Amino acid sequence: MSWSGLLSQLLEIALAIALAPLLTGWINQWRAWLQNRSAPSLLQPYRMLHKLFNKESMVADHASRLFRSAPYVVFGCMVLACSIIPTLSTDLPLAPAADAIALVGLFALARVFISLAAMDVGTAFGTLGARREMLVGFLAEPALLMVLFSASLISNSTSLTTIVGTLAHRELAIYPGLAFAGVAFVMVSLAENARIPVDNPTTHLELTMIHEALILEYSGRHLALVEWAASLKLFAYSCIGLALFFPWGVAQAHEPLAMLLALPVLVLKLAVGGFLLALLETVSAKLRIFRVPEFLGTAFLLSVMAMLVQLLLSR
Amino acid sequence: MANGSSAQALLHIDWILVVSAAWLLVGAAGVAALRRLAFVARVLFPLGGALGLVLFGLAVSALGDTPEVAVLPIGLPSLPFHLRLDSLAAYFLMVIGAASAGISVFAAGYFRKGEGTPPGLLCMEYHVFLASMVGVVLADDAYAFMVMWETMALSSFFLVTANHRIPEVRSAGYLYITMAHIGAIAILLCFGVLQANTGDYTFDNMRAQRLEPFWASVGFLLAVLGFGAKAGVLPLHVWLPEAHPAAPSPVSALMSGVMLNTAIYGLLRVSLDLLHGPLWWWGALMLALGLATALYGVVFSAVQTDMKRLLAYSSIENMGLLFAGMGLTLIFTSFELWPMAALSLTASLYHVASHAAFKSLLFLGTGSVLHATSERNLGKLGGLIRTMPWVGWLVLLGVLASAGLPPLGGFVAEWLLLQSFLFTPGLPMPVLTMLVPVVAAVIALVAALAGYVMVKFFGVIFLGQPREERLAQAHDAGLWERAGMAWLALGCVALGLLPVQFIQLIDPVTRQLVQAGLGERVAAGGGWLLAPGSVAQASYGPVIFLIGILGCFALAYLLVRRLYHGRMRRGPPWACGFPWGTARMQDTAEGFGQPIRQIFEPFFVIRRELPTPFDEQPRYRVTVEDRFWHWLYLPVVDLANHMASVVGRLQQGRIAVYLLYSFVTLVATLLLVVQ
Repeated sequence: MSWSGLLSQLLEIALAIALAPLLTGWINQWRAWLQNRSAPSLLQPYRMLHKLFNKESMVADHASRLFRSAPYVVFGCMVLACSIIPTLSTDLPLAPAADAIALVGLFALARVFISLAAMDVGTAFGTLGARREMLVGFLAEPALLMVLFSASLISNSTSLTTIVGTLAHRELAIYPGLAFAGVAFVMVSLAENARIPVDNPTTHLELTMIHEALILEYSGRHLALVEWAASLKLFAYSCIGLALFFPWGVAQAHEPLAMLLALPVLVLKLAVGGFLLALLETVSAKLRIFRVPEFLGTAFLLSVMAMLVQLLLSR
Repeated sequence: MANGSSAQALLHIDWILVVSAAWLLVGAAGVAALRRLAFVARVLFPLGGALGLVLFGLAVSALGDTPEVAVLPIGLPSLPFHLRLDSLAAYFLMVIGAASAGISVFAAGYFRKGEGTPPGLLCMEYHVFLASMVGVVLADDAYAFMVMWETMALSSFFLVTANHRIPEVRSAGYLYITMAHIGAIAILLCFGVLQANTGDYTFDNMRAQRLEPFWASVGFLLAVLGFGAKAGVLPLHVWLPEAHPAAPSPVSALMSGVMLNTAIYGLLRVSLDLLHGPLWWWGALMLALGLATALYGVVFSAVQTDMKRLLAYSSIENMGLLFAGMGLTLIFTSFELWPMAALSLTASLYHVASHAAFKSLLFLGTGSVLHATSERNLGKLGGLIRTMPWVGWLVLLGVLASAGLPPLGGFVAEWLLLQSFLFTPGLPMPVLTMLVPVVAAVIALVAALAGYVMVKFFGVIFLGQPREERLAQAHDAGLWERAGMAWLALGCVALGLLPVQFIQLIDPVTRQLVQAGLGERVAAGGGWLLAPGSVAQASYGPVIFLIGILGCFALAYLLVRRLYHGRMRRGPPWACGFPWGTARMQDTAEGFGQPIRQIFEPFFVIRRELPTPFDEQPRYRVTVEDRFWHWLYLPVVDLANHMASVVGRLQQGRIAVYLLYSFVTLVATLLLVVQ
């Protein structure tokens, strides 16, 4: 483990934790502008977190320890996820601990914990949210895995750093497989991050909620951690997308100076990506919950086709 | 003890036989103390558990050794039992020993008075069952194998029907014994094919035969039928969710967690050891069977409302995944791609161990819940983590392992399996290569659905509010039960955190079966990283992974408390300001399974009775049934009943008629002999 590796690892974790709420704020801002509303400040998510951390936590009388520990577990999972996805540099000492499959497992672990926590209090909305979250999850998770697999076929490796390294430094070639995978990935990340058309992050109608119903019972610091974890998840998904489909600008190992360039490139890519997400959310309508399996099934099929196309063309 | 090679020092196999004999003695002591529950429970079962631990230790030390043989002069005069302890057998003995140790200790606290069969008899059946599983794994000739296999089926039949006063239990037992015998016939025929008309039924002779592809295929198909019936592979799965839940919970644990593995053992023994040079389509067949079974099992598991049936269907799913892994191994073996075969075989073997750990743990957990609440129906449970914290948290570990989540045991097996699929593009057959995405997709879907099932299982039983008043008085498990469950939970955690060490341990098994092992190349980063190829290709470090999550957990916890505060207030749940929420408003098990019922509707036969607005007492009823009941089982049952009624005409109930039958048979036999 080199010093530059350690440095880039720490920098990446710190950057993810610090920048994730900013990305959420940026998307919210653009959404407001695109919908002809006056936008909240870019720093609004930080103020929100600060406010929530200051508040007292209200916990239901009969909530168990699982309920109180789940926010920390979910937060830990998301930080670990952000630390193994190469965003600035592929020189990450932690990355060998978890490859693409383990990354999907990590998201699944967080999902299971937050769903269990939602069921813990035993209100109608909590169990409803848990059921819907697992419904979204069981279709989105294999689709995400297939997307990562079709990328891993190119580099013949499931290690994220190798995948990104290979993709970033290949000759400019067109991979039709990746095109399918890209569409599937966008659909999956919309679903996984509770965005329109699958879920509405600003909904106030309980019956349409998925993510909001899960965290209905949380307040104070627990809610703050869950919200922070949600923005970290969005950040992680954005970084996976950028790393797989727009990997240019990520620094390789042994070139610490390239990291200086990588940071502004990353911020630029995230800014454009955030704008596109806001645009996508503005122009589409929310699906009924019964249509969600079809939406995600399409994503799943597309991702399988991506892998198939990849195999066919690479022969 | 007659020994094949050397008589001076006792070998591992001798000690293992001593353990089995001791198990039988424990069983005999149980019969002697037929109704003295305290003695049977507090002395005999823990003793059996200790013997399980001894077996575990012996098997671990025998894993890397050269095969040992023994001949037991019991049975028919010229047909002694040939026994052989090689790496494959040692591995399965290890799993049997480790899992049964936990289950026996649990059983010490489990069995109560007044459960049908008296405790002493139950103890005898239980230990005969354990000893017969050891016998199945050690057997080295078809005769010994079949005797042990049948003993296993019979003893487990009596265990299944322990509560024989309940009619459902009796009919489940009947179904079980029928299917076990259909399987046994197929296995017997398989051995008949394998001995290739030499008349010598030792496995040594079968290994020496070089069968034509046609006969080898016939033998293989018979083995798939026979062992598949035991493992509950589609379409022979219908008995499993009836029989396994009917038994007392430790027995369910033993059957699902341990006995199913003997079917896997049998298939590995036949297809990779006794037969040589598998054909590629054998593997493809097993892969297809396995995937269909896995998907079917997990989907049905998601719609169950009985906690033990849910777990039984989950066992079917896991057997399906094991079949898929073995199918892939056969495909690789047929193309002589040894390193890849070793990878997929390791994945399967790993899954055997982790399934034994987590499924036994989960079944034991349902046993504790059953004792505390006398309720199996998920719709009447809830909130038990508060009254039964030990059971709740230990079962949570099993649930996470079963859902295939890192960093526990189930995930490693899935990870290895998916890795071996990703390495498949090296196959010389394009058709098979093209199937990879489909296969990988199904496996990923099954794994994700297993997560859904496990959230349902744990959430409905242990979380939320108690759905019945009396659940508030539920008591936690006793010390024996906790100890048994803790041992198995430890297994789940150890399998999850120490994959490299475990794979190095089972390296001799893959070397024996597919001539290659992962042992040397699997370790990277000082043993902390699991890397079957190279680190650049794929790696997984569960310990680092766990430390990462726990580190973030601890840091976040400390920082929040240091920078802000740790104040917390308890109050009624918020529930969007709705104060009249009751426990009945939570999702029931039916409610939680509803999305699955809707998405996978073609899988089920669903009957709905919906209330109309004019009903005096509105009733809502949904029954979900297996299509295979209607396609396969009911026609077979009808046929059997019809045949029985035809044959029944022979039975006139008059002694003269029966004497006539004997006379005719005798004359016919004599005529045959004379000719």
